[in-house]
Amino acid sequence: MAGRKRDDTITADTFLEGIWRENPVFVMLLGMCPVLAVTNSVMNAIAMGLATTFVLIGSSTLVSLLRNVIPKQVRIATYIVIIATFVTIVDYVIQAISLDLYNALGAFIQLIVVNCIILGRAEAYASKNRPLKAIVSGLGMGSGFTIALLCLGSVRELLGSGTLLGFSVFGAQFEPWVVMILPPGGFFVLGAWLLLFNWLRERKARLELKEETVHAR
Amino acid sequence: MSSVAPLPPQTSSLRMIQVLGGIAMLSGFLVVLTYQLTLPRIELNRQRAIERAVFQVLPGATTRRDFLVDDDGVRPASEGGGGTKVYAAYDADGKLKGIAAEAGARGYQDIVRILYGYDPACQCITGFAVLQSTETPGLGDKITKDAKFLANFPLDARLAADGRQLANAIVTVKHGSKTGPWQIDAISGATITSTAVGKGLNNSAQNLLPRLQPHIQALEVQP
Repeated sequence: MAGRKRDDTITADTFLEGIWRENPVFVMLLGMCPVLAVTNSVMNAIAMGLATTFVLIGSSTLVSLLRNVIPKQVRIATYIVIIATFVTIVDYVIQAISLDLYNALGAFIQLIVVNCIILGRAEAYASKNRPLKAIVSGLGMGSGFTIALLCLGSVRELLGSGTLLGFSVFGAQFEPWVVMILPPGGFFVLGAWLLLFNWLRERKARLELKEETVHAR
Repeated sequence: MSSVAPLPPQTSSLRMIQVLGGIAMLSGFLVVLTYQLTLPRIELNRQRAIERAVFQVLPGATTRRDFLVDDDGVRPASEGGGGTKVYAAYDADGKLKGIAAEAGARGYQDIVRILYGYDPACQCITGFAVLQSTETPGLGDKITKDAKFLANFPLDARLAADGRQLANAIVTVKHGSKTGPWQIDAISGATITSTAVGKGLNNSAQNLLPRLQPHIQALEVQP
């Protein structure tokens, strides 16, 4: 998370860098625990992504509002209390929405507290920027995280159960690749996506380099 | 760390305590507020989850009442006290459709908790629903989907002549070797989970049914 200009203008980049250039999963490889554990279906991936986004935005807002009040010696303790508050709120809200979903996500809702994306953003971004900017950036990061979970969840559900959002895709004769919804499948799919993203990134960098050399001549 | 530039370099302990205390108060307020707002919905969801499971294992039921069963007999759950909780389910005419109770046994990953339906008319277990399970997806979770496994029900659960235990203990047998109506034919590939279902049903039925069956008339009519 280095090298960012510290001005107060909110540009499209404030939102977009969380989705592409600094994607928490595919670029920074943060918060791998929920990424691998709960992405065995699209529904779980969406729920986890939204829950994390809510906590990210809520804690970013509060940390940013209080950034000039919190003494730096107790800042981490304060951030954890703030994050834990929003996680508890999400925990109750999910129970109120659907107990099935709550059971499917298991302990990973409570474990959002220790998700390093959220603490990392509070420390590195929200504590140094205006609330509005922190909110936009939190929304971007949360969207990036949700999209990444969706990427994994859709592939794993499609191959592992032959369904998408519970609807059958391949018909009854499809033999599901059970390994895909088990933990090893999470690693396989994450590896495949990382391969694709890094290849795209390198290709783009190569093309830009080529263009520059052409211009230089 | 440019975030605390306006503060003096040495922050007093009092200030730290003030900030932490203030934020903890704010957090407490937010959490309690959410708890109060969501509690009715959560309770409703829990009730619905039990109700759905009860009506699933006892098809045709439309209402239910909760009872507690212990050595002294059966009494409504509203009276409180100890005992095993059972749900008596009634159809639209107020006739007893059956009784649902919880059972559980150790599966492959963790305890498999199920709710099963008992029909006093045929003295059999009509079916079960999973309340909590962390079994392997695609293998252990077949117990709710595998048609051959579900064909094990209704499962014979008659009491022995002395009324103190089941005439035949419920057991899970190897796939394809079922001979009696009290045996459960295991799913090949999910033997441990199938065995857990059998063990849970047997433990619960052996314990509950001898106490319940003599008092079944008390549950027959819906007030």
